[in-house]
Amino acid sequence: MTDQRTDVDGMSEAPVEPVSSPPPPRRSKRSPLAMTMARALRLGRTKVGLALVTVLVAVAAFGPLLAPESTTAFVGPPYQPPGEGAVMGTDFLGRDTLSRFLAGGRSVLILSLLATVLGLIAGVAIGLIAAYSRGSMDDVIMRSMDIVLAFPQIVFVLLLVSTIGPKLWLLVLTVAATHAPRVARLARGAALEVVERDFVKAAEVLGEPRWRILLSEILPNITSPLMVEASLRLTYSIGLVAAISFLGFGLQPPAADWGLMINENRVGLTVQPWPVALPTLAIALLTIGTNLIADGLARALIGVDRGTAEA
Amino acid sequence: MLEVENLRVELTYSSADIVDEISFHIVAGEVLGLVGESGSGKSTIGLALLGHQRRGARVAGGEVRLEGDNILTWSPGRLRKLRGGVVSYVPQDPSASLNPALRIGKQLEETLEAHAYGGSSKARHDRIDEMMSEVLLPADREFLQRYPHQLSGGQLQRVALAMAFACRPKVIVLDEPTTALDVTTQSHVLGTVRDLCVAHGVAALYVTHDLAVVASVADRLAVMYAGRMVELGPKEQLFKSAAHPYTKRLIQAVPDISGRFELVGIPGRAPPPGHRPEGCFFAPRCEFADDKARREFPGVTHVSESHQVRCWHAEEVFAEAARARGLRKDGSGRDEQDKGLLAVRGLQAYYRSRHVLHDVNIEVWPRQCVAVVGESGSGKTTLARCVVGLHREFSGEVLLRGKALETSARSRDQQSRRQIQYIFQSPYSSLNPRKTIGQIIAQPLRLFSDLGRRDAEARTIEALERVSLSGAYLSRYPDQLSGGERQRVAIARALAAQPSLLVCDEVTSALDVSVQAAIVELLGELQRDLGLGLLFITHNLALIRTIAQEVAVMADGRIVEAGPVASVLDSPQADYTKKLLSDTPSLTTV
Repeated sequence: MTDQRTDVDGMSEAPVEPVSSPPPPRRSKRSPLAMTMARALRLGRTKVGLALVTVLVAVAAFGPLLAPESTTAFVGPPYQPPGEGAVMGTDFLGRDTLSRFLAGGRSVLILSLLATVLGLIAGVAIGLIAAYSRGSMDDVIMRSMDIVLAFPQIVFVLLLVSTIGPKLWLLVLTVAATHAPRVARLARGAALEVVERDFVKAAEVLGEPRWRILLSEILPNITSPLMVEASLRLTYSIGLVAAISFLGFGLQPPAADWGLMINENRVGLTVQPWPVALPTLAIALLTIGTNLIADGLARALIGVDRGTAEA
Repeated sequence: MLEVENLRVELTYSSADIVDEISFHIVAGEVLGLVGESGSGKSTIGLALLGHQRRGARVAGGEVRLEGDNILTWSPGRLRKLRGGVVSYVPQDPSASLNPALRIGKQLEETLEAHAYGGSSKARHDRIDEMMSEVLLPADREFLQRYPHQLSGGQLQRVALAMAFACRPKVIVLDEPTTALDVTTQSHVLGTVRDLCVAHGVAALYVTHDLAVVASVADRLAVMYAGRMVELGPKEQLFKSAAHPYTKRLIQAVPDISGRFELVGIPGRAPPPGHRPEGCFFAPRCEFADDKARREFPGVTHVSESHQVRCWHAEEVFAEAARARGLRKDGSGRDEQDKGLLAVRGLQAYYRSRHVLHDVNIEVWPRQCVAVVGESGSGKTTLARCVVGLHREFSGEVLLRGKALETSARSRDQQSRRQIQYIFQSPYSSLNPRKTIGQIIAQPLRLFSDLGRRDAEARTIEALERVSLSGAYLSRYPDQLSGGERQRVAIARALAAQPSLLVCDEVTSALDVSVQAAIVELLGELQRDLGLGLLFITHNLALIRTIAQEVAVMADGRIVEAGPVASVLDSPQADYTKKLLSDTPSLTTV
């Protein structure tokens, strides 16, 4: 009985000026998404994550321009340790490790970004439709999503890629397809609360088309959780794409690719660890980075000061 | 018994005062009503009596003495023993204060145990039985075994009351405990509070923004404005002849069930902590304000021994009869040539298998306001939703100018959608927080007209001005607006569609009383000036005489009585209407 609610009336809702002239903006006009990001940026983990991602994206993006050698040129004997002529030594065919490392990041990054974006778009669309339609439509959509969810992501991707063939577009599509149901779940959950709000009903009464209700009434209200999900999905995409390449269903030799490099050079691990260590380290740091960002966003979202943020 | 002297509570980070110079006392068995708008600091004072402050606030001075002992100096441990035992608290929303996972019997027992009340389990159970009968709830095992969600709002509030009175407290703080209840339940709960305080000699502080409620429960009233107690005195005296202009205006803003008085809103808003002007805080909104009032905050003047006020012009205000409320200009009366605007015939509505509306018939004419009153759960909102096309499971006819409408808004044609506009209960939920006011109001324009960008903006501004807001609001977001302003925006959105019928679903229930009056005033004006028909859904009987010409009383999905407002309210036929009327608190019954 004696526990007081903290939201009793008071300054939290105290309005200021007379009705006729508008009050000066009391709160920043920034959307909750922007505020979540700003709050996340104050967290140490987000800063570290952002630093890691920036460095590795820079390596992947500008690496090919900095590579000292061609990725296919033979510069020495196979598995030559670091030294003259090859700063990081050579790989199993005698190609320059550093050059192949610098050139091999682009594919991982681009493929996983594409897969994430596609997965997000599909997932958000499915989730919003399910949440808004409710009833049997919702059940049908979400149960079929559950079926896809039953497959472990990597098994699902391998199944398709190994049947149809190691095509890059297929890799992107299948990874996206494994993300979609997970994103759909989250989007549906977040949207369920929003579709019940009166402004959605107000739009219905006005006869606003359904797609517009989804896009301009509901979607803007769930951007913050989607942002967290996006960075988390990117983490998984990087892992998946690298794993598929490692298993040989991604880029094909002689292309330079981090996942592929690990596979090609694992036999010589004891002799010349660098062709394996460099890409492994890069993938690890990149996923840690995106994960830290996701974590920071999530923390900012459910908020340390959740109670006082929105009255 | 309980004395508060010179209490000051301020914001921790800026040291701006939330309340200051607060002094009053309450004797045993007395109920002091603490009245004020949102943000006036009334809850802050209520919490201070428990030695507690909200996060971000601290007590900066003054004393709260309980039988001569200043509790503000007590240790947290000692305060914890005090709370719930000697001083207890009844919150606004009982469902928030009860643990949803514990049976109510268990929770009552825990309260007693926490304060070591009653030596044995038997003694405690006897006390629980006693408490339950005092708050008029069944004390049988089955009832005590229930979980909070199995109880109605009124029952929950009674349980909260039982819990507050359980350890025989000396002081009790009630923070708007009846706002969430409908009138019948509210009047029962108020009666219970009164009886318990008198019977057990409890000093009670009743915090509320609703003057009519406080009139029926309190002995004396304290009026708060912007963190200062501007007037304190016996309620009869305050209602008859308030000595502070704010109190006077506040009384004028209360709708009266007799409907003899015009509602007068108070323009402007109360200044929040840190933004309070020099001089009297009410001066910017006050008709009596002069240079002196703008320079210096007035001290306490005694109008009579028990009646004190803080106003430079107390005598003038006092001299004016407080009840000089303007008599209502009657804008009613319909033009017989007008065709019926809305007709509802033989409406039966269902929720799944539940039959919620039985054979409902209602007619609305242009320039006419038809009020639908009833308690929560009577089906009045379902009726409104059937009319606007949000509730599809119904049979019977909804006719707009003689033309039958489809059940769902989506399948109706554009013209009928445009003509019927719906205003929702809560403006906090009916405006998309991600859109600017301009985008919100432009929505119907985009759908119903093919105006160019510039014309659309002009129309948007016109709609805003129609509801007394300026074009400067266009780029603001809903969370930058007060509740009253938001509701005005919602009305502006409806007006932008150029409707002929407005369906208002409890549009004032989420708002403060002074704001409520202004919104009702606005709707009345629109009805007269634009010739709109109004279907006005409310549970507040007192409001309808000020706005409606016809009234339909609903109970359990049936219309039990309908007719012109005056005849229904003055000589009600149905027992239900009589009960509803006698349960409605009123200032004039004081």
